[in-house]
Amino acid sequence: MLYAMSPAAETPVIEFRDVAYRVDGHEILDALNLQVRRGETLVLLGRSGSGKTSTLKLVNCLQSASSGDVLVNGVANRDADVIALRRSIGYVIQEVGLLPHYTVRQNVGLVPKISGWPPDRISSRVEDLMKLVGLNPDLASRYPHQLSGGQRQRVGVARALAADPEILLMDEPFGALDPLTRDELQREFLALQQSLQKTVLFVTHDLREALRLGSRIALMEAGRLVTVLPPQEFVRSEDRWASAYVRAFGGDLGSIADRRSS
Amino acid sequence: MNFLRFIFENRGQVAELTLEHLWLVGISTLFATLIGIPLGIAIARRSHLDKPVLATANIVQTIPSLALFGFLLPLPWLGARADRLAILALTLYALLPIIRNTYTGIRSVDPSVVEAARGMGLTDSQLLYQVQLPLAVSVILSGIRVAVVISVGMATIAAAIGAGGLGEFIFRGLAMVDNSVILAGAVPAAILALVADYGLGWVERRLQP
Repeated sequence: MLYAMSPAAETPVIEFRDVAYRVDGHEILDALNLQVRRGETLVLLGRSGSGKTSTLKLVNCLQSASSGDVLVNGVANRDADVIALRRSIGYVIQEVGLLPHYTVRQNVGLVPKISGWPPDRISSRVEDLMKLVGLNPDLASRYPHQLSGGQRQRVGVARALAADPEILLMDEPFGALDPLTRDELQREFLALQQSLQKTVLFVTHDLREALRLGSRIALMEAGRLVTVLPPQEFVRSEDRWASAYVRAFGGDLGSIADRRSS
Repeated sequence: MNFLRFIFENRGQVAELTLEHLWLVGISTLFATLIGIPLGIAIARRSHLDKPVLATANIVQTIPSLALFGFLLPLPWLGARADRLAILALTLYALLPIIRNTYTGIRSVDPSVVEAARGMGLTDSQLLYQVQLPLAVSVILSGIRVAVVISVGMATIAAAIGAGGLGEFIFRGLAMVDNSVILAGAVPAAILALVADYGLGWVERRLQP
């Protein structure tokens, strides 16, 4: 609420200013300028090696820009306290990255625990979160290898939400799931996002997923941002890369994009 | 079964030498663990140090044990007492498996787990104590297990420089050309090695993540 009234409302939650990222002289990202607005789900779409995952990791300082600035809430990452920054950002990845020696409860409560929450507050938070992401509370004492892929992914989402971060970074979170489970989790993501209104940066190579989940789609190709468009405009775009993507996926893409807006 | 009678008749001395043996192995393994695990952690995290450290530990391992005892003999404080010398030599031998397994154990933790943990905002030390070490613990322990088994055998040679242990029977038996005396040292030493191997193996399985 505070934000709506303050001038900070104009500050993008995440901003890339002329960012380049190179590894051993090899260019991963170049001249990236992009703003993520409060409460939106910005989808980074592109094929493997297009630089979308690197873009994501620049936000929580798992990688740092070679030049240019990445700003979170107006503060440049190079000036930020990295540990505090990461704890304020939820992070979900495809392999989930759950700690295999921690139970579901411990995994979900990880960030609150390292942030020094009292134990009773952690346990009630874990309980709430498991309900929120549709996990049976009986699973709390299980280990990740005892869960199905969909359940693991739910735990990953719950863990990312644990400290109630304003920002969520999601790196192909549903990529490894079977189509039915993926559909289910996408639907739940939309419902969740409607109530939580997080600022989400979401990486995928799946155009259907991008159209379904994104407020805007940022198309990346070979380390460059090609275009940023809302789903309905994306499917009709004349842009060379965007239309190539749309052709490759074919079918009733328009309806996916429109159903979202309706 | 002559050696069994010999053992029975000299049970007091067998017990004493076994305890001495255990002391040599135990204290040197402790030192090697206290040095080797931090060193293994350090080289797992700063990759430019890994090759020189592992190479050095490897070279130490290849020095014949009798020669190593000989090299260390002229050292001031250490050379004065045989058991100190033996403990130093055994510690040096035990280092390689412990350093190498600590290093390998930490390096083989799934990189996606480590990256996710870093992304959650764990500090370096939280990452080490809450993620990397717990996941590497069984590999590290199997390094300690190898070190103990090597040390139990190696410690028999310590008797050559008068450090005691079950090797005394072996060297005495060799001098007397009496197999039962040799066996009175060799069999308990072998049993020690087997028990240590089995015991630590059990702990290792219990700690498997």
